[in-house]
Amino acid sequence: MDRKFAIKDPLAESRLFLSRIVTAFILILFLIVGLVVRLVYLQVVGHEHYATLSKDNRIKISPLPPTRGVIYDRKGRMLAENVPTYSLELIPEQIGDLDDTLRRLQQLLNISEEKIDAFHKLRKRNKSFATTPLLQNLTDEDVAKFAVVRPYFPGVDVYARLVRHYPYADLAAHVVGYVGRISEDELKKLPLEQYRGTDQIGKVGIEKYYESHLLGTAGYEEIETNAQSRALRTVSTVEPVAGSNIYLTLDIDLQKIAYDALHEYNGAAVAIEIKTGGVLVFASRPGFDPNPFVSGISAKDYKALKDSEDQPLYNRALRGLYPPGSTMKPFYALAGLEYGVIDYGHRLFCPGYYKLPNVDHKYRDWKKWGHGMVDMNEAITESCDVYFYDLAMALGIDKMSSFMSKFGFGEKSGIDLVGEVDGLMPSKEWKRRYRNQAWFPGETVITGIGQGYTQVTPLQLARATATLANYGKVVNPHLVQEIITPDFAAPPELRIVPDIPLKPANVDNILRAMTNVVHSQRGTAKLIAKNINYQIAGKTGTAQVFTVKQEEKYNEDAIDFKMRDHALFIALAPVHDPQIAVAVIAEHGGHGGSVAAPIAAEIIDAYLNQTGEAAP
Amino acid sequence: MRHEMRDEQFQTPSLLGNLLRKLHIDIPLFIGLLMILALSFVILYSAGGQEVAMLVRHASRAGLAIGLMAVLAQINPRRFQTFSVALFSVCVLLLVAVAVIGQISMGAQRWLDLGFFRFQPSEFTKISAPMMVAWYLAEHSLPPKPKHVMIAAGLLLVPVLLIAKQPDLGTALLVASSGAAVLFFAGLSWWFMLSAVVVLAASTPILWHFMREYQRNRVLTLFNPEADPMGTGYHIIQSKIAIGSGGINGKGWLGSTQAELDFLPESSTDFIFAVFAEEFGLFGCVGLLLLYLLVISRCFYIAVQAQDTYCRLLAGSLSFTFFVYVFVNIGMVIGILPVVGVPLPLVSYGGTSMVTLMAGFGILMSIHTHRKLLPV
Repeated sequence: MDRKFAIKDPLAESRLFLSRIVTAFILILFLIVGLVVRLVYLQVVGHEHYATLSKDNRIKISPLPPTRGVIYDRKGRMLAENVPTYSLELIPEQIGDLDDTLRRLQQLLNISEEKIDAFHKLRKRNKSFATTPLLQNLTDEDVAKFAVVRPYFPGVDVYARLVRHYPYADLAAHVVGYVGRISEDELKKLPLEQYRGTDQIGKVGIEKYYESHLLGTAGYEEIETNAQSRALRTVSTVEPVAGSNIYLTLDIDLQKIAYDALHEYNGAAVAIEIKTGGVLVFASRPGFDPNPFVSGISAKDYKALKDSEDQPLYNRALRGLYPPGSTMKPFYALAGLEYGVIDYGHRLFCPGYYKLPNVDHKYRDWKKWGHGMVDMNEAITESCDVYFYDLAMALGIDKMSSFMSKFGFGEKSGIDLVGEVDGLMPSKEWKRRYRNQAWFPGETVITGIGQGYTQVTPLQLARATATLANYGKVVNPHLVQEIITPDFAAPPELRIVPDIPLKPANVDNILRAMTNVVHSQRGTAKLIAKNINYQIAGKTGTAQVFTVKQEEKYNEDAIDFKMRDHALFIALAPVHDPQIAVAVIAEHGGHGGSVAAPIAAEIIDAYLNQTGEAAP
Repeated sequence: MRHEMRDEQFQTPSLLGNLLRKLHIDIPLFIGLLMILALSFVILYSAGGQEVAMLVRHASRAGLAIGLMAVLAQINPRRFQTFSVALFSVCVLLLVAVAVIGQISMGAQRWLDLGFFRFQPSEFTKISAPMMVAWYLAEHSLPPKPKHVMIAAGLLLVPVLLIAKQPDLGTALLVASSGAAVLFFAGLSWWFMLSAVVVLAASTPILWHFMREYQRNRVLTLFNPEADPMGTGYHIIQSKIAIGSGGINGKGWLGSTQAELDFLPESSTDFIFAVFAEEFGLFGCVGLLLLYLLVISRCFYIAVQAQDTYCRLLAGSLSFTFFVYVFVNIGMVIGILPVVGVPLPLVSYGGTSMVTLMAGFGILMSIHTHRKLLPV
């Protein structure tokens, strides 16, 4: 009925209201009686029980931290384990004069002021009845020293705790990462009930990415204590549930070979198992020892690591951005074939330089007098720059950019590590948006040999190589093979990326040319073809760190080491049935063929020897 | 001389009474409130570790609250009715502002900082929401038609969701119940209430299905505090020990050991009832509950005496919400309700809830003292 026609009936309304008030009042009476019944239950029926708890004994609840999941490599070797250590911990509530106690402990055990400050910081965060660690990794001698005087230190005790340890130290630090004390910022965001009794959290690497799996579930004990806070008995216990163990796809043997092979160079090596996407090698050199981070690295040591010129904390494999140089050439060649811009037999005369029509600027080849007449096979084998300058102009930056994006350049691979970067595959649109400038043809020319704006990570290079070897079926790199919980074993979910539609004949041609890079007399990486009974397909790259001026000669001996070119190499093997794809970058290595290729070859050889592909 | 003195003595109380009546103060209600407030000082002195500075702050807050109550009592309820929509709109806008600012600063946000002072818009909503619903329903004939019920519920849902998102479940619950109370007093049909309950119960599993695991865990902890014994569960375990150890007669004033030994967290704010129960026992608890019942009874009396629909509905809702406060807080402290942050009305230390509550009582007094005397 419309409002106009609704007639208010004040008497009926007021009668209705009165009945509702009475109903509400009865409801309130019922609820109050309910409260009183519960109070009687607590204060009369349960009085004796609670009075005992309150007067002579008290209930304390202490958390039982879960054991953190162990991280293994693919062959079951422990990369992150838990080792028992002794730690000196205080319960502030039970200590009368805290400052005096700390002073006496300082004299006894030689504790630095820094440790005391850290303790005070922690103490303010903890509840006063919770134990707060003062000193960790006590030596047996310290433990013995304290044991003698223990009666004089109420509220102070030595506890055996499990502490994270990384046996391979710097070798796997950039993969496994490390745990550290929960910071103030993290504390604000954490689901606290899951972190009771735990003061450690994954900070980087697998430790961080899989934190929720590794952590486990905290348990607790209800303990009855007397008036002096001494534990009398455990009333009830809920056992903690250990975190899941994690198996990585990483092979620590191969990792060591790669890491050692890089020895004098800073750089990175990434190897991917093509069929699965499992990352076999993820080396970034220099590494660092993650163990000091576990119990809190000293400010001085941290500063030293942070300020080091070699940047050991920097994960080059994941975050290092490098100009890819000539390692891009096979991909652009494939783009030329796929778009039908040129065919495999297309020939071109290389005079040692390339010029755009009506422009004087000379784009030079690395070989001063040129390669002469070359076809695509020779252009890849000998790494002819002019051929690719010409191809780039034929393709245009739009096609180049969209083709390379399909191989994952310019975007994150989605690997299970935190902090991956996008890299950069330039396009007209990118330049307009971020540089607010038009795209110049000259920029297309140098993009054709992997110079200019293009920036890639070693991981992206390895992934693109694996995808090429897989004939366009995109490889999703990942580090975790299996997460093992008490109930079930689960492999991590992989994301699904559409395949790149490629003509197998075109890929065959590119792989043949890349095989010639290694196995032909004129190949830029022929050095590594010795002593192997299988075939490797690869491509060298030399990335300019600084630009050589026109008409100036690049003199290797005369320039400072830090100005020398980066050496790159991408490879896949064996050619007839590709199993492994590798990307190596040696910073300031000079030449891809002589420095980076041998490192890749060592990794490939070791892997194929394991799988039996390479006959001894 | 003697005679006059006696006269003066005799007149003093009635003089005060006249003054209060002139000031639109309802004397029985005011006495009830003062008794609860007086008790709050007694408990707080013990629960707060006998700190006088705390009492002073409590007193200044109580003074402010009583002042606001007195001011509101002067205003004719017609004005409240006229300004209901505007007040409600301002509250919702402020809540949106808080949500937006909270979004920007990436954290839970309840306060609006105006530079010179900060306040919680959600507190005002506790009064403006029932005003709005009462205004809307009073525009139509009662009992409300389904269409009007749905619209009223929709209006109510806006601030409730905004507050729940802050997240402040306790306040959201109180605002929702204050609006629901208006609907109930307006004569919402029993069938409607029953079907609302059925729909809510039926939608729970569906909602559950769409929640992420961590959200489910949070809900489980809310309803089963013992699952988190180091956090809220610890509160419950310790408050049960405090209450139970109080027994029938209590340990006497200042006799609380649990609060004194810092075993009982939040002992002067949300869990202050546990300290009271420990010190004054079952007798004290029943006494306090009776005191609350007394205040609620007087409020209901005022509601029944009110002369128009708007005043009735608003008075009924404010009174009922006061009880919801009491019930949710005590229910939580004695471990029969989940732990949500609701203080014990007029007793707990801190927060702005006392000011809002007294403002509500001011409105009730205004309703009662501005009646027109009708010829019989």
